[in-house]
Amino acid sequence: MATTNEISIGDLGARAGEAEEELKGESMALNIGPSHPTTHGVLRLLAELDGDIITKCEPVIGYLHRGDEKIAENMTYNQFVPYTDRLDYLAPLANNVAFAMAVEKLAALEVPERCQAIRVLCCELARISSHLLGIGVFGMDAGAWTVFMYTFTEREKLYTLFEELTGARFTTSYTRIGGVARDIPEGWLGRVTDFINGVLPVLDEIDKLLTRNRIFVDRTQGIGTISREDAIAYGLTGPNLRASGVDLDLRKDKPYLGYENYDFDVPVGTTGDCYDRYLLRAEEVRQSVCIIRQVIDTIPDGSFYAEDAKRIFSPPKEKVLTSMEALIQNFMITTEGPQIPAGEAYFEAENPKGALGFYVVSKGGGVPYRLKIRGPSFCSLSILDKLVPGHYMTDITVILGSLDFVMGECDR
Amino acid sequence: MATTKVIERKPLTFAEKTFLPQIATGLKTTFGNMLKKPITLQYPEERPVIPENYRGVPTLVKDPNGREKCVSCQLCEFVCPPKAIRITPGEIDAESEPDRAHVEKAPQEFEINMLRCIYCGFCEEVCPEEAIYLQDVFSLSGYSREEMINKKAKLYELGGTLPDKHYKWDKKKAAELGGNPEH
Repeated sequence: MATTNEISIGDLGARAGEAEEELKGESMALNIGPSHPTTHGVLRLLAELDGDIITKCEPVIGYLHRGDEKIAENMTYNQFVPYTDRLDYLAPLANNVAFAMAVEKLAALEVPERCQAIRVLCCELARISSHLLGIGVFGMDAGAWTVFMYTFTEREKLYTLFEELTGARFTTSYTRIGGVARDIPEGWLGRVTDFINGVLPVLDEIDKLLTRNRIFVDRTQGIGTISREDAIAYGLTGPNLRASGVDLDLRKDKPYLGYENYDFDVPVGTTGDCYDRYLLRAEEVRQSVCIIRQVIDTIPDGSFYAEDAKRIFSPPKEKVLTSMEALIQNFMITTEGPQIPAGEAYFEAENPKGALGFYVVSKGGGVPYRLKIRGPSFCSLSILDKLVPGHYMTDITVILGSLDFVMGECDR
Repeated sequence: MATTKVIERKPLTFAEKTFLPQIATGLKTTFGNMLKKPITLQYPEERPVIPENYRGVPTLVKDPNGREKCVSCQLCEFVCPPKAIRITPGEIDAESEPDRAHVEKAPQEFEINMLRCIYCGFCEEVCPEEAIYLQDVFSLSGYSREEMINKKAKLYELGGTLPDKHYKWDKKKAAELGGNPEH
């Protein structure tokens, strides 16, 4: 025979009231990542939440560490070029150029004008590619899917151009110490012109979809504001620094590759919030288009590698196959590496994400004694523990998207 | 010369604050794109156009007379950044090719580990015989790790025959021009 017990639960409202008193002041630890769609790679954030407000945010990095700097000590300068593709893998061409320029600086080697123009083209196309992704993904982080699709359509066209120029869509490995791997193919410049003509209407379309969109504006304006002082103190570079109102662009302030010969504007923000960083990237794409037009109009004839650097750049294929001296030279440069004098040099290039620096120490010969890489994404992420606290949980995605970092370069 | 330009931030107008113009713009953009030709490719039925000099799967090639071009100098093995290539040099058979035996070498074994290969194209670039080529195959698959290691026979099968782009020796050039395949 079943028995029934009657129990009392009392006044629910009163009990909830007591519990509220108990819960006050207690925070919740939340782990975001390392495998999370909005962290854009393997970034892990240890956040502490008070309700919906973040009180503490600590980035945990190193999940993509490959030891690139150590690897570089065990191979010739040219063999390291494919590894630079994998730093900022959204703009591999710009990394290739920065690395080659650093080693050439140490060797005091001047590349011909045509090579410089090709490298400027590469850098600016890489900038467009990286910023298009940055804008598209930022839109997606703020809830605007459409923009991502349109920017990716344009990047697909860019990758087709890269494929034709370098032989690969993604891992370009295009530069060599003292030049580039091959000259630009016939008709390629015309196709680049077609592309940049096509990318401007798409930018206008993105502008229409995002810039005056109230949902987007509400989610980005006043969010993640980096002050001028903070931006400098944390060592930010690139668009993140300029959005905070600091007028620093290495292409303008320390011109390399003949950037001083091209007319372009360096956009600078006023507020330093997420919206400013978005506006800045959109404007930089337009300026890159402007630079590319000038390069195409003025591209000089000549050699695409330093012909006089006989101990640095391998001779062309037809000479290797017909001349004994060139064949020996090819064997020497391949096995011993490009001969770089002893010394040390630091070179920074204005990459899409910021200043990418290579510090090369050489004891002579074809292998670096030490190679230090300064990645802009690493510095951009260091500001997170100062920037994120005080914001709502949902703002994390927007802030991360606006900083536009890439973990391959941060962890390297 | 580069100049600095401060980015303007215009506040939203009243109409824009009501969301209505954005809805219209958004719909217009979407419908406009709906009428455009699709840019996607129905892979694998449709295949992308592979440009010349594409860096696909590395292969070994033979010359038009069916001879192995590779002389196993091992320069590609040396330059390969991920160390994907392994070569065992061997002798050329003196009976079948008396001209080349004891003059050149040929690979006894030639392996490219496609699990390691990063398609950088350095092997093709340094090859003094134009024997190794990265051709247009871009998708590889296999059921086991062993299957992904391309052996010599597989490499020649993938590579096929390529005419000499450059004549290495004057003798070879003269023979080719003179219509004599037995050079």
